[in-house]
Amino acid sequence: MKASLKKVSFLSICLVWSIFTYALGSSEGMKSGDNDPVNTEEEVNDYIQHHVKDSHDFHLFDYYSNGEKHEVGFPLPVILWGENGLTAFMSSAFHHDDSGEVVVERNGSRFVKNHGVIYELEAGAETVEFDSEHHPVNATKPFDWSITKSVFGILLMGLLMLIWFGGLARQYKKKAVPTGFGRILEPLVIYVRDEIAKPNIGPKYRKFTGYLMTVFFFVWFLNLVGLMPFGFNVTGQLAVTASLAIITLIIYLFSSNKHFWSHQLWMPGVPYLIRPLLAVIELAGTLLIKPFALMVRLFANITAGHIVVMSLISIGILMQKDMTAFGSTTLSLVLAMFITLIEVLVAFLQAYIFTMLSALFIGMAVEEGEHH
Amino acid sequence: MEQLLENFSLDLFVKQTILFVALIFLLVKFAWKPILNSLNDREEGIKDALDAAEKAKLEMENLQADNERLLKEARAERESMLKEARDMKNKMIEDAKEEAREEANKMIAQAQASIESEKKAAIADLKSQVANLSIDIAEKVVKEELSNKDKQMKLVESMLGEATLN
Repeated sequence: MKASLKKVSFLSICLVWSIFTYALGSSEGMKSGDNDPVNTEEEVNDYIQHHVKDSHDFHLFDYYSNGEKHEVGFPLPVILWGENGLTAFMSSAFHHDDSGEVVVERNGSRFVKNHGVIYELEAGAETVEFDSEHHPVNATKPFDWSITKSVFGILLMGLLMLIWFGGLARQYKKKAVPTGFGRILEPLVIYVRDEIAKPNIGPKYRKFTGYLMTVFFFVWFLNLVGLMPFGFNVTGQLAVTASLAIITLIIYLFSSNKHFWSHQLWMPGVPYLIRPLLAVIELAGTLLIKPFALMVRLFANITAGHIVVMSLISIGILMQKDMTAFGSTTLSLVLAMFITLIEVLVAFLQAYIFTMLSALFIGMAVEEGEHH
Repeated sequence: MEQLLENFSLDLFVKQTILFVALIFLLVKFAWKPILNSLNDREEGIKDALDAAEKAKLEMENLQADNERLLKEARAERESMLKEARDMKNKMIEDAKEEAREEANKMIAQAQASIESEKKAAIADLKSQVANLSIDIAEKVVKEELSNKDKQMKLVESMLGEATLN
């Protein structure tokens, strides 16, 4: 509780600070362009859309002096597998360009970055050309192994989890009751085991706790990191949630037993005519609907949370005309703080729901039928 | 739906899957397995200790019950011994009283018998003395009466007259 309070107060300090700079910038006059802060509705929309997406560099914040924009952040490595094999360079080579204007030449290939996607120009092309729907026509997409912002988040959280839980595991060698940070982690581990794994899976829970624990803490910690200022929206990436959902699908398909499939394909106790129909519905549920629901629920909740928080922050910028700088800042601060507190709860809730449903699906697949 | 597909990045999907599966295996090996094993061991240990404590408590209760029973038995035995002793005392007193009474009765009877015999002897003695005395008196009277012939004759006659011959 204390930690989350601290985080919230830190967040609000950042809010005040960022809104203050916005207010300073906007007081100079509302002209839109590249060299002034984000202060119109379109720019705010673009900013939010950009924020919830993955990106190739770690952008912390912008500041403006003398009408010039300064971006503060650090570059991340770009690793591409294209026509000419593996190519690696730092994302700073693109100079924060995201519209395909800057061409980076490495290893005999030319690369451009457009809307967060890196394209490799076809041989001979000097600049990228777009069709009417803004898709490049003379470039191909190499396979992107880059350490993007999300991959950076995944690596960082994976490392932290290994350090924290590995440390907890090592503590047990010396003492029966862990001390320090392990004392916080231990009840969480017991919680996942006793409240999620055991009741939903039953006596065979032990085999699946490894996955359930990993997914629970991974999702929860990354949800929380996403709420922090300068954080990364990893669990709000569709690819990440899709990967988690598909791993759950694979686990419960591979651990399913005869009893499960007999109920899937030839449901006992219903009229014979309905059984094929039920089989189709059950199969669709097991193979498509369940993992799809898992994927979309986590993605949508986290993305929506980010968009709502950022929209409330933008009240402080967009409503200055109607409410004065003080009024709009106060309103956005109060609302954003309130929603952020709710988001802290949602961060836990979504991790819990994802893990609980995964456990439930696994439990359904490994359940032994009562022998009539 | 199109928005969803546009948001989906296959590159990130592949990277996330590889990294996450690696993370699962690493955490299972270095964290979850040892943690869960230790937790299980600890819980088992706590359960055993609780069972042992429960058992000890039961044993203690049994022991206490035994003690109570022994105490009760001892108390009962003491009670019975005391009762026996009291009975014995009473009986002894009773016996002694009886004996004393019998002795007394016997002595009284003896005394009575000796008194009786003394009395008889005295009466016999008295009788013989009275007889002697009466004989003496009779002798003296007869001597006196039969000092002359007439009187002797008269007596004989009266006696003869009395003695009717049948």
